[in-house]
Amino acid sequence: MKILVLLESRGELTLGSLSVIAAAAQAADRGHMELHAVWPEPDHEQLHRLAGLGINVLHLVREDLLPPYSQEAWIPFLTELAQNLDARLIAAPASAWGKALCAALAARLDAELAQDCLSLDWTLDGTPLVRKPLYAGKILADLRLDHSPALVTLRPRSVKGAKRDGPIPRIVGHEPSLSPLRCVLKELVPLSTGAVKLTEARVIVAGGRGIGGPDNWTALRELCDILGAALGASRAAVDAGWIHQGHQVGQTGKTVSPDLYIACGISGTIQHRAGMSNAGTVVAINRDPGAEIFQYCDYGLVGDLFEIVPKLTLELKALRGQGS
Amino acid sequence: MKIAVLVKSVPDTAVIPEIGPNGVAVVTGHLDFVLNPFDEYAVEAALQMKQTHGAEVTALSLGGEEARQALRAAFAMGIEIGVQVRPPRGAELTGRGIALCLAQVLRNLAPDLILAGKQAVDGDGAQVAERLAEHLGYLHASAVTRLALENGRLTAHQAFEEGQLVLEMPLPAVITTEKGINEPRYPTLPRILKARRMEIQELDAGLSDARLEPGWRVERISIPRPERHRRLFSEHEAGGVEHLIGLLQQKSRS
Repeated sequence: MKILVLLESRGELTLGSLSVIAAAAQAADRGHMELHAVWPEPDHEQLHRLAGLGINVLHLVREDLLPPYSQEAWIPFLTELAQNLDARLIAAPASAWGKALCAALAARLDAELAQDCLSLDWTLDGTPLVRKPLYAGKILADLRLDHSPALVTLRPRSVKGAKRDGPIPRIVGHEPSLSPLRCVLKELVPLSTGAVKLTEARVIVAGGRGIGGPDNWTALRELCDILGAALGASRAAVDAGWIHQGHQVGQTGKTVSPDLYIACGISGTIQHRAGMSNAGTVVAINRDPGAEIFQYCDYGLVGDLFEIVPKLTLELKALRGQGS
Repeated sequence: MKIAVLVKSVPDTAVIPEIGPNGVAVVTGHLDFVLNPFDEYAVEAALQMKQTHGAEVTALSLGGEEARQALRAAFAMGIEIGVQVRPPRGAELTGRGIALCLAQVLRNLAPDLILAGKQAVDGDGAQVAERLAEHLGYLHASAVTRLALENGRLTAHQAFEEGQLVLEMPLPAVITTEKGINEPRYPTLPRILKARRMEIQELDAGLSDARLEPGWRVERISIPRPERHRRLFSEHEAGGVEHLIGLLQQKSRS
């Protein structure tokens, strides 16, 4: 039996893709299965990065044939590949691209799809098991994917530790024929450059109602810079129009799982907590000692974020300046 | 132009649903239901399309009494036609089954544009609309933050991790809406009252239980309760900020 993973590039292989490879390689080991991967936008300079990770066969498509952004182009090709391989499981990163693509593929393959899973496991009798969050993670469901094939998308940072002693993948080239595309890409609008992606961030500094206005993010942004952190926001800050909704963490925003989450001026509603409950360590800074967030943090500082945050940035700068 | 908008009732997001006595199902009967927040954007987008281009807009919801609630919420925002799609009695539905049922009805309706929230915030399945597009042979764009129709072609800004793809496509198409695409209107009291009296059409999905049977089994449902240390310091307390700096140093480097 085979597992097929779909990889994603944004200049280079995404963290989410590496996470999927690691999870699928563990599952393939346990289930004695062959691991196949498709890389839609391969960087040939980076092919060596895939050696040893556990991939047995790497499927590449001649670049000019299927535009990487185009789901319309990729869906028929991937459907056929999955059918030809008789893949037991198809796994992709739970990114915007991976989730939409897998939903369409699942329909074509008449298969179940579990989105945004936190883990992938394999039973001794050869059945995939996944842990899927419901209600933005307020509830977790353990699903046994009995029917073959099954599709799953995995959250970035859900799996730790990659295989290193796997084979060098055998490369299989494909030259699919392409019918004219009806849906075309007119433009790609990038986020502000240098911004760290929330869903892949190891550290997140987030602000809420306590930020008080659209022009008050400087303190948080400076702390982000020194920590290499992504900037998050609560729904209150987004709905007030103080920051773009792409920064929103929570039930109607993004679900994140950084090692460290610093909540500044965030009260900590259940909808917000649903988005960050998977964080490793949670730090809360809030003026109100009664703020709910203090019940759900590891380390809380009661005080004015506009005094505390710049102090943190300054001290960290000083420490790093000393080369410590 | 015909527009279909898919709506769903979900438990109020401010509460945690409970786990049933069997340990494999979520109990929601005791909760208040609201229109799925992402569907409000879809309804608003449909109403704006109707205003600009003229269209017949039909809201569809799958299920029992809670589906009727979702339709009434859509009526209260200004939708005129509502269809309750009834699955086989007692059928347990995954995203796959829901899409199959809705496709049966939408094939006959043949809308030019299908709008839906990017996901329902109960099961977070995030797949029904894209599946429908495949079943019906429509193009699709997911998590759209801007949508315009000109000369029969849609321009959709599709959000992804690093920014937005601006896609252009002909109809028919399926679009799922992301927060930010518009400001959903608040229902007025007269509208809410009128919505209560409006007629809801009922249609059966007409599929067998066997066709809809889930391809997975729920082994266990649990509520995560991460252990937190809850150590609280005041800003001016000795060691408060210093301790935090130590923590930041360690966490941002490891």
